[in-house]
Amino acid sequence: MTAAPVVLASGAALGYGGAPVLQDLDFAVPAGTSVGVLGPNGGGKTTLFAGLVGALAPEAGELEVQGRPAYVAQTDRTRLDFPVSALDVALMGSLARGRWWLPASRADRRAASLSLERVGLGAESGTRFGELSGGQRQRVLIARALVQDARVLLLDEPLAGVDPASAEGIEGLFSALRDEGRTLLVSTHDVQSARAFDLVLCLNRRQVAFGTPAEALGRDVLEATYGSEIVVLDDGDGPVRAVTVQHHDH
Amino acid sequence: MDALDLLLDPLRSGIDRRALAEVALLGVICGGLSFWVVGYRLAYPAESLAHGLLPGLVLASLAGAPLVLGALGGVAVAAALVALAARDERIDADTATAVVVTGMFGLGALLALAPETPARLGELLFGDPLGVTDADLAAAGALVVVGGLALAALHRPLAATAFDPVGARSLGIAPARVELALLLLLSVALAVAVTGLGSLLVLAVLVAPAVAVRRHTSSPFAAMTAGAGLAVAAGAIGIYASHHLGTAAGASVALALVLAAAVGALGTFRPAAAARRSRAGGSAIPPRRPPSPGL
Repeated sequence: MTAAPVVLASGAALGYGGAPVLQDLDFAVPAGTSVGVLGPNGGGKTTLFAGLVGALAPEAGELEVQGRPAYVAQTDRTRLDFPVSALDVALMGSLARGRWWLPASRADRRAASLSLERVGLGAESGTRFGELSGGQRQRVLIARALVQDARVLLLDEPLAGVDPASAEGIEGLFSALRDEGRTLLVSTHDVQSARAFDLVLCLNRRQVAFGTPAEALGRDVLEATYGSEIVVLDDGDGPVRAVTVQHHDH
Repeated sequence: MDALDLLLDPLRSGIDRRALAEVALLGVICGGLSFWVVGYRLAYPAESLAHGLLPGLVLASLAGAPLVLGALGGVAVAAALVALAARDERIDADTATAVVVTGMFGLGALLALAPETPARLGELLFGDPLGVTDADLAAAGALVVVGGLALAALHRPLAATAFDPVGARSLGIAPARVELALLLLLSVALAVAVTGLGSLLVLAVLVAPAVAVRRHTSSPFAAMTAGAGLAVAAGAIGIYASHHLGTAAGASVALALVLAAAVGALGTFRPAAAARRSRAGGSAIPPRRPPSPGL
């Protein structure tokens, strides 16, 4: 991977005014790469994305993204009671072209319809966003990123709460997007599925590791990343098998 | 008196005609705006500004200046004081707002009840749609034009930000600026509407229409249009009720609006606990799987 990096962190630290909640970020992601961002709850995954979107300025070092990245939220962090259809949400992607004060053009509408078809939701374009299933909502948000035509996509736990069949469809979509030369940063809890990414970035309030899954996902890194949230099942000759156990406060 | 007379009688009076024009103009713009006021959870700030601007209204009344100018000044001072008080980290923003607004309201009452003040406190608090002047109507007309253009221009950023603020930022929208623009529009609308509906009742036209229609509409534009239509209808019902029953006009309009909100919300009433449960999933959405260990 010799291409110029599209996402670059050098000595970056991010925080919300007090002590940094994420530091020692040092990585370079080439174009056309998928990166699994691993870490426990509160490990800094969402903070990293906030920094990459520009909602947080680095408190130290540098954090750069080529172009404007698309942010694909966890769908239950969107307003599910807001009266918008799947097509309306996809159309929001055209705001990235500026001219926010004008109504969406016919070309924008066509792009939004095509994007919904691409994610397999052409028939649901008139359905209210909040009435779609979790997996469908996730795909609508990906369609919005496609309308935006972002080269870098930040996906926040896109498979959380999604049924296995939908998850498979969404993962297929990731491969297709990467093959088009787009760069995907996908935050996830799932250590095993992270092996399918080209690269992994392990965070636990700081950068623990960055590299290919084979290099990075060793026992030491997983334990430093997840602390008490991980149970290592075996670390024989093959890759380490491990499960994360999420602690929920509620 | 037959039905036609019931309808036409108020129209024969210049006072009622002007009152109807005033509530129609305010209803169109504030009814549409109310969708965003409720959507951005600005009902409490709106109420606070409406009460906090009272000294401005009283001073304008004392000086014989246009009330709308006093109201604009009052909103600006109240907003600045709330922002200042909220900077004190020892108290939370709601407490700061409550203290400032109560202080401003008390100051307004003090000024209005001073012996040399014309006795107009009732009008300033409860509104007097029957006493609207040409200047009030012109201000309401200007608000419809300027506010309507602003709402049209801001429509897409407002929707994108309300739906998903972080996603909106990644689309190049600055959520803080969108919210500031909405607050400015709300402040101007308050300042104009308060001269017709009064400091205590103006909130009805900025909140009730959205509450009445929001569960029955499928897009922000539909909700705004329905809210505007409902606000105009409720305003007219209030003025007609006031004419035929001899009730206070401002209060009749406010009650008609709140009644519409109650009827609109009743059909879709859910206890708060049920709403909380479904917030993460929505009512028509299958329950989320419990998080399973990744294997």
